[in-house]
Formats: sequence, structure tokens, C-alpha cells
Amino acid sequence: MSAAHDDHHHGPAKGLSRWLFTTNHKDIGTLYLWFSFAMFLLGGTFAMVIRAELFQPGLQLVDPNFFNQMTTMHGLVMVFGAVMPAFVGLANWLIPMMIGAPDMALPRMNNWSFWILPFAFAMLSSTLLMDAGAPNFGWTFYAPLSTTYAPETVTFFIFAVHLMGASSIMGSINIIATVLNMRAPGMTMMKMPLFVWTWLITAYLLLAVMPVLAGVVTMMLFDVHFGTSFFNAAGGGDPVLFQHVFWFFGHPEVYIMILPAFGIISAIIPTFARKRLFGYDSMVYASASIAFLSFIVWAHHMFTVGMPIAGELFFMYATMLIAVPTGVKVFNWTATMFRGSMSFETPMLFAIAFVVLFTMGGFTGLMLAITPADFQYHDTYFVVAHFHYVLVPGAVFSIMAAAYYWLPKWTGHMYDERLGKLHFWMSFIGVNVLFFPQHFLGLAGMPRRIPDYALQFADFNWISSIGGFMFGASQLILLVVVIKCIKGGKKATAQVWEGAQGLEWTLESPAPYHTFTTPPDPKLIHAQ
Amino acid sequence: MASAGSHETYYVPEQTRLPFFASIGLILTIFGLGNVLNDIRASESSSFSTLIAVTGFLLLSFILFQWFSTVIRENHAGMNSDQLKRSYVWGMAWFIFSEVMFFAAFFGALFYVRNFAVPWLSGEGGKGPTGEVLWPEFQAVWPLIENPNAAIFEGPHESMAVHEWSLAFFAKYLPFWNTLILLTSSVTVHFAHTALKASNRKGLIQWLSVTVALGLLFLSLQVIEYTEAYGHYGLTLDSGIYGSTFFLLTGFHGFHVTLGTFMLSVMLARAIKGHFKPDDHFGFEAASWYWHFVDVVWVGLFFFVYLL
Repeated sequence: MSAAHDDHHHGPAKGLSRWLFTTNHKDIGTLYLWFSFAMFLLGGTFAMVIRAELFQPGLQLVDPNFFNQMTTMHGLVMVFGAVMPAFVGLANWLIPMMIGAPDMALPRMNNWSFWILPFAFAMLSSTLLMDAGAPNFGWTFYAPLSTTYAPETVTFFIFAVHLMGASSIMGSINIIATVLNMRAPGMTMMKMPLFVWTWLITAYLLLAVMPVLAGVVTMMLFDVHFGTSFFNAAGGGDPVLFQHVFWFFGHPEVYIMILPAFGIISAIIPTFARKRLFGYDSMVYASASIAFLSFIVWAHHMFTVGMPIAGELFFMYATMLIAVPTGVKVFNWTATMFRGSMSFETPMLFAIAFVVLFTMGGFTGLMLAITPADFQYHDTYFVVAHFHYVLVPGAVFSIMAAAYYWLPKWTGHMYDERLGKLHFWMSFIGVNVLFFPQHFLGLAGMPRRIPDYALQFADFNWISSIGGFMFGASQLILLVVVIKCIKGGKKATAQVWEGAQGLEWTLESPAPYHTFTTPPDPKLIHAQ
Repeated sequence: MASAGSHETYYVPEQTRLPFFASIGLILTIFGLGNVLNDIRASESSSFSTLIAVTGFLLLSFILFQWFSTVIRENHAGMNSDQLKRSYVWGMAWFIFSEVMFFAAFFGALFYVRNFAVPWLSGEGGKGPTGEVLWPEFQAVWPLIENPNAAIFEGPHESMAVHEWSLAFFAKYLPFWNTLILLTSSVTVHFAHTALKASNRKGLIQWLSVTVALGLLFLSLQVIEYTEAYGHYGLTLDSGIYGSTFFLLTGFHGFHVTLGTFMLSVMLARAIKGHFKPDDHFGFEAASWYWHFVDVVWVGLFFFVYLL
């Protein structure tokens, strides 16, 4: 029964049930990507409220407590709702096609990983409408702000984090099983596209740290509801314990949000430079080194909290070490472009902007790594500028680059290049106007997470807000581009991009509903 | 990995309602539970919230039952290729890894509190005068009996740690017996596995029954221990950091033992129905891996929570 059953290909089911009950990696990838985009707009709306309030000094639009809810929800929604699901969506779409597998290893669980998320975020967002208001203790939810002094909605926040963790853990198990077990004959580990490699490492990181996040919110839950004193010194606990456990999750988390981006950029730059990626092996080892180092640097987020000097020094040097493998990557991307036959389609523009601006964010990271200097920078807008440079023109730009790069493969149509370029330039200018002045604000001493500020910060703040509105508005262009591309446009070829390498480009565009039900010809698999 | 010549198709299931409804069951459970907790804290009636949570949990359990049944049915129908079976093996292995990291968070908290936080509170390490100003009387000892602020967190009268290193003490020391019970159960579940591989169904059922019994025995001793802790030792969740770490570590371990015992009972029922074959029994193996995992965690617990 099963053989005959498997041999003819089913198309997608009709109507809504296709999306609710699907086990297809492409459908689930699409769901993740749309969910991520919706969360990007929601989190973006929160950011617009923040920037509007900060447009000029004084309290204008929202009261301080609501402002805190906005910063908290903005961070949570962007990290857990926009960036992470976007990468999981890309992994779903691309990993099976890149390694010549028929689907993800565990297709039903794949559906579950996705469908937990909308419910979890609905619960988290519903706190905005509750009497006590949404969580207001920052996305890092430091105790005792998030325990002793938290609004009662902290309970829903904690459970939402548990659900997101469950979703991530199941998604990661699926990705690891797929990569280790589902590669087509001939697809050896060192022939895998870097996106697959970086996701394999990311999934490992997720499995290592999402349970720790679950652990720390569980301790919060018990402190809030059952009288334990993990984070209460009166009972012998320590609020600093919270920070240690949180950042043991939190630091690998930032690499979770950037490693898949490295994989994307490593796919796009060779295509448009029309050269093989420079230093494939070193890229793999550099990613693994970054993953390893990410476990031993967490306390650089806590230099000012009070640590023994040996701890401060250890975490400073370990943090600086990360610059080495990261530098390897930036060097390799640059070397790939060197003397390449470059062309500048939208994905390439985003990729180049990524390399330049992510590197800038990396450099400010090095500045922050210097313990004595961090005593000045800590909790200022310099930190805000730093992590937004690595996350927005870093992670988010890579996601946009990926969307433009693979959209023709997904939809079968070329996107509108003119609109794409407009989107890129608006975003590029917007993001720099938005975040660059925040470096100056931070160095001048403006603290983060405040709704009002001293007069001397006024100029850079309105510039930053203008950039914010510009960046925010230009994301609607992306929505238009994607919808137009789904509806129609120039027919895409299988190859799509002249210089593109890899199994997904051997499939017709749009990629058929089921692909590689029999493994591809090993001759199609090339060294990277 | 699969050889190109004799390629088996990897079974990709058709669309399924299971995960979507499992998500609904899960969110109802969690949302209901969150409301129950908040109702209790606000001293309000929590009956409606409880209803939501229970409904959700029943739905979730029903769906998971269906889900596992489907997977088992498909395997019996021969739809699972060797490659698919390896996916389950990888899946379970990495799931256990994530569980290890969950416990690592609590063990890490215990180490941090014992080695840093509590000594610092008593003024060690030149951490400034905070501890001395707030609680000058505070003495760093572990297990912590006297909390820094006894008005808020009344400490236990006694700890669960080893009081004296003598045979007479260990003979009446429940955690010691629990260690023996769990270690034995790891061996018996291995015997069950050996019997299964040797097509000895009777042996499988006997050894598995022994393992489940040992699991239940462990849990009953834990219940006795908890009753003593609350009743006689004054050791509770809100008796300061010693109680916090003690109950969360042993409590989550106990929860995992409960889960493991449940898994093994299901495997026992399946063994009685004749489900497993000597060369095809990953369901059993996964449950036994899980059981070994909870044993290893217990050994860590016994050392770091009770002995040291």
C-alpha cells in the first residue's frame, strides 16, 4: 500500500486546512515566514511608539509605564517572534532542498513547532489588554523587577516563554535530525551549503540554551507564586543569579540570531561575485568556534553588577576572542568579492550592507567588551546602538537578502527589482539615520529604557526618530514586493541567478510541492 | 546515508490534524494554569480557570495518545524505512540532551548559591558592606538553616543533608535507599532490553514490571520524604534558598521519574500486547534511555544535594 501511495505526488490540500494541518516543509516554511513578518510589523509598531515618544524631550504620548511595556514587548516580539521564526522558516524551506531530502525528518512535529507560536504570541500580546498591563521589565526581565515588582501578567509572560522554548526545541531537534540523517547520497558534511552548516550549529545552541531559559523563567514562576527565594537575598538567594542564568541563555541566543545569517550571506555573495566562496572550511570551523565561545562569555553583559576581578578579566578576554573567528568570516566574504564579476541585485545589496554594517556592530561590541570602558557604556544608548546594528542591518538584513534571493524559487516569479532596490536604499539610509546617532547619545550618557531625557540629547533623538519612521515605513515596500511577486511577474528560470550553486537551483521554479522524493543525482553535488 | 541503489522512500505523512489540535490543548492548559495561579494569588475563585486548564489538558492528552498510536500503527504497517527510524533515534537523543540542559540550569543555580551568593552575603570576598549592613548576624553555612531575613523567610529546623557518616544513619536514610532503588532499576530495565533482543517476551515483561515497580517505590519514598520535610523539618518551598534549590531539583527530578515510569508502563502494556520485535523496538529503547537519564540525574542530585 505504502509504495503505490508514495509514488504519485500529492499537491497541496485546498483551503484553510492546507495551512492548519500541513506536514509539508515548504508550507510550514511559508507559515513561519509570514508569521515572522507579521511579528516584525507588530514589534515595529511598538518601536514606532518608542521613537515617537522620544522624538522630543518631555512626556508627550504615552505614560512611562506604558513606555516600559513597549520596550519590553518590542524586544520580546522581535527576538522570539520575528528574527528566530524567520530563520526557522528559511531552514524549513531550504534545508531539505539544499541537502536533497524529501522533507524535514519529522514532518508532523514540524507542524507542531510552528502552530505553538501563534498561540504563544497571542497570549503574550493579550497582556497588553489586561488590567495589569503587559510585562514592563525589559526583554531581559531582570529579577527582582520581573518577580517582586512585576505586574501579575508576568505569569503569562513566563508561560509564553515556556511555549516558545518548546517550539524552538522541537524545531531544532527536527533540523538536527534532518541534517544528520536526511542528506542525499554524496552530500557529505563538508559539501553542505554553509546555510545548512550554520543552522546545524544554531540548532545545537538552541537545544543547549532554550532549556536554560525555561529553567530561569521556572525559577521566576516559583519565586512569584510559590515563595521560593532564588532571586531574593532575604532568603539567601541572589538577584545576580538571575542574570547569570539568563545570560547563559542570552549570549548563545545572540549567536542563534546571527549564525544562520552568516550562512545566508555565504550563499549570496558567491552567487553575485560569480566566484566560489573563499575559505569554505574555515567558515565551518569559524562558526563552530563562535558557537563554543558563546558559552563562556555570558558575564560580559554584567560587568557592572559586581564580580570578582578574575571574572571580569576572564569574560573580557574570552569575549574579545570571538573577534577572531568573526574576523575570519568577514575576511572570507571580502576575499570572495575580491576580483569577482560583481553585480548588484537587491539580495547582493543587502548582503554587502550586512557585511559592512554588521562589522560596525561587531566593532562596537569589542568596545563594550573592554571591562573598564563598559563601566561608562553600560545601559546607555551605546549598547542599544550596538545590538541594533548587529540585529537590524545584521540579522534582519540577512533575512531580507534571503527573501529576495530565494523568492523566485519559492514563487516562480522574479520580484520587482526597482521596488526591491527602493526598499534596500530606504532601509539602508533609514537604519543608519536611526541607529548611528544613538552611538553619540550613549557616549554622551543617555540611559536606555527611559521615556524622557535631558535637553542636550534632543537633536540626536529627533534625527534618530526620523530614521526610525523612515525605516519602519519602508518595510511596507517589502510587503508590496512579496505580494506582487506571489501574484505574478516575470517567469523565473530554474537557475534564477547566473552564478547560483546548489541543489535547490536544479529544481524548477516554483519548486514543486514535493521535491527529491528520490535522491538527486550525486553528480549534481559539488564541493562548495 | 541511504545507499543510492536500493533507495527506500522516506515516509512523509499526509496532512494531519494532530499537531494543530495539540497546540490548542497546550495553550488552553497553559493559559488556564496561568489564570489559576493569578486567581489564587489574588484570592479569587479559580474554578473557571481550572476548567479551562483541565479541558486543555484532557484534549492534549487525548491528541498525544492518538499521535503515538498513529506512529505505532504506521510502523506496524511497515511504512517506516530504516532512515525514518534513525530520525526518531536522533530526535530522542537530542531531546534528552535538552533535558540535561534544563537540569543544568538548576544545578548551576545550586552551585552559584552555595559557592558565591551565600558566602558573599556573609561578607566574604570583599563584596562591599551590603550584607554586613543589612544582616550583620548572618552566617554562611550550607545547608542554610538561618536565612538572612528570618522574618520573611523562616528557615527549616533541619536539612535533608547527611547528618552523620555512620552505617546506622544510612540504614534509615531514605535518599540512600532511593539511590539504590534507581540504580537497580537501571539494571533491571537493561535486563528487560536484553530479554527483548533475545526474543524472550516473558523475561521482557517480568523485568519491565520490576522496573516499573521500582519506579513507583522510588516515588512513594519521595512522597514520604516530602511529607517529613514539610511536617517535621519545616523544610518548605518558602523556607529560603536551601528549600528552593532542594525542592526544585528533587521536584523536577521526581516529575521526570513520574514521566519515565509512565513511559515504561506504556511500554509494559505494549510488551504484553506483543508490540516489540527483537530488531524493531525503538519505542522501548527511547523509554529506557529516558530512564537511564533520570537515574544519572539522581546520582548527581544525591551527591550535590544530599551528600556534599
